[in-house]
Amino acid sequence: MPTYTFAVNGKTVTVDAPADMPLLWVLRDKLGVTGPKYGCGIDVCKACTSHLDGEAVNPCVVPVSEAAGREVTTIEGLAEGDTLHPVQEAWLEEDVAQCGYCQPGQIMAAVALLRKNADPTDAEIDAIQNVCRCGTYFRIREAIKRAAAKM
Amino acid sequence: MGSPTKSAAEHDEGAVGRRRFLTFLVAAPTLTLATTNLAPDGLDAAAAEAGVPGLPQPADIMDLGDVLILAGTPTANLLVLEVTEDGEAHFELPRAEVGQGITTAVAMLVAEELDLPLSKVRVRLADARPELLMNQLTGGSNTIRSVYGPVRRTAAAARARLVAAAGRRWDLSPDRLVTRDGAVVAPDGRTASYGSLTGLAATLPLQGLTAKPKPESEHTLVGTPTSRIDARAMVTGAMRYTLDLDVAGAKPTMVRRPPTINGTVRSVNNETAVRAMPGVIDLAVVPTGVAVMAETFGQALDAKDALDVTWNDGTVDALSDADIRKRLRAAALPFVVPPLLTRHVDAEFDFAFVSHAPLETNSAIADVRDDQAEIWAGLKSAIVAKQTIAAAIGLPEDRVTVHVRQSGGSFGRRLFFDGALEAAQISKAMARPVKLMWSRIDDMRHGRARPATHHKIRATYALGQVLTYEHRVAAVETDLRHGLGEILTATAARLPVAGNLSFAQTVFLTTVKVPYDFGVVTELLNEVPLKMHTASWRSVYSANTRGAEEILVDELANRMGKDPVAFRRAFLKTDRQRRVLDKVAAAGNWGRTMPAGFAQGVGFHDEYKSCTACLVEIDARDPGKPRVVRAVIAADVGRPINPRGLEAQLLGGLTDAISTTLRAGLHIDRGLPLEGSYSQFHYARQKDSPTDVRIFIMPADGEPGGAGELGVPAAVGAIANAYARATGTRPRSFPINFDVDFTPFPR
Ligand code: FES
Ligand code: FES
Repeated sequence: MPTYTFAVNGKTVTVDAPADMPLLWVLRDKLGVTGPKYGCGIDVCKACTSHLDGEAVNPCVVPVSEAAGREVTTIEGLAEGDTLHPVQEAWLEEDVAQCGYCQPGQIMAAVALLRKNADPTDAEIDAIQNVCRCGTYFRIREAIKRAAAKM
Repeated sequence: MGSPTKSAAEHDEGAVGRRRFLTFLVAAPTLTLATTNLAPDGLDAAAAEAGVPGLPQPADIMDLGDVLILAGTPTANLLVLEVTEDGEAHFELPRAEVGQGITTAVAMLVAEELDLPLSKVRVRLADARPELLMNQLTGGSNTIRSVYGPVRRTAAAARARLVAAAGRRWDLSPDRLVTRDGAVVAPDGRTASYGSLTGLAATLPLQGLTAKPKPESEHTLVGTPTSRIDARAMVTGAMRYTLDLDVAGAKPTMVRRPPTINGTVRSVNNETAVRAMPGVIDLAVVPTGVAVMAETFGQALDAKDALDVTWNDGTVDALSDADIRKRLRAAALPFVVPPLLTRHVDAEFDFAFVSHAPLETNSAIADVRDDQAEIWAGLKSAIVAKQTIAAAIGLPEDRVTVHVRQSGGSFGRRLFFDGALEAAQISKAMARPVKLMWSRIDDMRHGRARPATHHKIRATYALGQVLTYEHRVAAVETDLRHGLGEILTATAARLPVAGNLSFAQTVFLTTVKVPYDFGVVTELLNEVPLKMHTASWRSVYSANTRGAEEILVDELANRMGKDPVAFRRAFLKTDRQRRVLDKVAAAGNWGRTMPAGFAQGVGFHDEYKSCTACLVEIDARDPGKPRVVRAVIAADVGRPINPRGLEAQLLGGLTDAISTTLRAGLHIDRGLPLEGSYSQFHYARQKDSPTDVRIFIMPADGEPGGAGELGVPAAVGAIANAYARATGTRPRSFPINFDVDFTPFPR
């Protein structure tokens, strides 16, 4: 089986895995990084949203071979030690989460959006496709605006 | 933890609201109390409270929440509270947390009563405890209603013991001591932390010590907006859901399911080839399909997809939506009042099946051995789950441990424990621990759904009065076999419904009621039993039944020449209801002029001793792509524990209503839902949700009512009414835009 070396949340890891194994299962089942969640496995729900070299990706459809030599960031890697990322802080201030299951993906999507666009409009926030089955969308919107104001 | 003994019992009776409690000291090295919920002083008191002029409906007298509270009353050790040596309060809650915020609300009650910072309260979900009999069911919006009194009572007893212990240590009378910030404080300023007192408090002989919860007027935390106690874990990825647990040896497992609901395996045609696939560990045929275990879920998924299976028929193979609709129409009971001689409004409505689709799919971990078993899953009816699993795997109940895990949404779904049962069956068949995950496709197609319903409503009116109001609901049977049946049997003699009604009719009559003075009101349910997987879906019958009624109310108002808000105002039964309606009308600027294609709509709902109104504005310039752009909601829940959490529940109810009214449903085609993904089942996304939402919680006045399900029906009515006004149509079938706009996955 081929081996792949890449960074996960700042730590270098090497895994044995078939080239086409989705990164989500490498993270969750081989590396024990469980922040990215399964919600569909086909790039629809966006619950698994993480970053590859700083860009939002959906590891359920990214083969592990594509991660080789690159930097993977999951929700666990967003805070600097105990200091939360401003988006996480905004999420706490708005008390966004209900069941919480979609929120790692929502936060990673919001961070990626704010990196590209420091002050997104409502229409630009609408483009985030992550499903929240608890229906927290309005608080997500408010939290993104709050984070944008902070950053 | 020891169990309470007679000698350790302290009789700590008192009346809180209508119910009485007994708190025991549990034999343990640190202060640990258990509280029993004694027989109520009589729910008959509730009947007296419901002095509604005219004819009260059954749900006015005793609603489903009351039924659950009544059934739960005689059970021992309802609640367990421990004060640890590091000064924390640990509380075991026999309920499920699925996102509704109950652990936070309960932690607030404990913190308030103990004068302890909220951060020092831990709430753990209790394992399944059969001795609780019927007191471990999370549903019917009943949790806060059922634990509000007992939790406060238990914490108050703990506080009294800690104070007594400090008094003993300092040789001061307890009534000279106060508590503050997790410590007992003496008049001279000396303090003793709870942690330093808990050992002494556990051993003091304090027969006859009584303690009363604080008067509600002294609450400083309860009733104030508070963030979830687990929010930080959720935003950092530290929150552990079932599949995130590391249970020794439990390997990823998935199941290949039949092409139609309830189909069974006839033969597996390529077992050897699949066993040879990369990562595959084991394979077993179980009642629900073929289970495959692998090193990773990715490999389990590939292997299950590669399986070649011959299937036996399922239970509804011949059925599609059109047949189901025909059966429902035939099943709707006839009206009593003939349309002759009176002016009347008639309307019929249809609602499609709706998936619960919690974002965390059905999942469970099971480790079944020869002589014992351990299960982990998100379970709202943990006791029935435990009993059923024990029977299915042939072990005595006391050899099966069932851990209730916090889970990623429920909306009624996790009343059923099919995932946990299946995981146990697989673990037994493979003789290994399993970590079972359902695919999203399976979760939508073989999971549970809100049953399709058909509604006939007739209202007659004359001289500005509504004379009669009849509603006939025909529904595909809602499966209530998750312990609710036993609860209703046990309380049957006390139910305010006459005759030998089915469980479903009992639930219907204890949840659904018309909040208006509409003369002679009859609402009847007739169910069509079909062997498919249904379950209560947030607000059980009310979302459709009351949603349809709120649409009819608008049409009736129109017919009688009244404005929808003025009409509701005139016919609502109480001032409390009118205040809630007035709030949204004022805050939402009801009646303001809107551009063409836009409109306002309003809806109202009263249930579980709470009431709510919703006003929305919709942009339906393209009737095929409507968007609710603004929403104003007001709710009176009697006594809000955590207004912030309550607002979250109402926001969730609004999003549910937007989804199911406009676009989200399941098409049944030859025995299987077509939808298998959120790209097909159109639950709302960010682009479908309003950019302006304001929620108002009315000030506390009375005891807490239910709130988890309250938000949906009023919002369904408001959205449909806004759509009708914006488009000049009369929506009759929901969701309104419901084309098959996708290519279904293969079966
Ligand atoms: S699990 Fe990756 S998008 Fe749904
Ligand atoms: S918070 Fe539950 S799915 Fe988003």
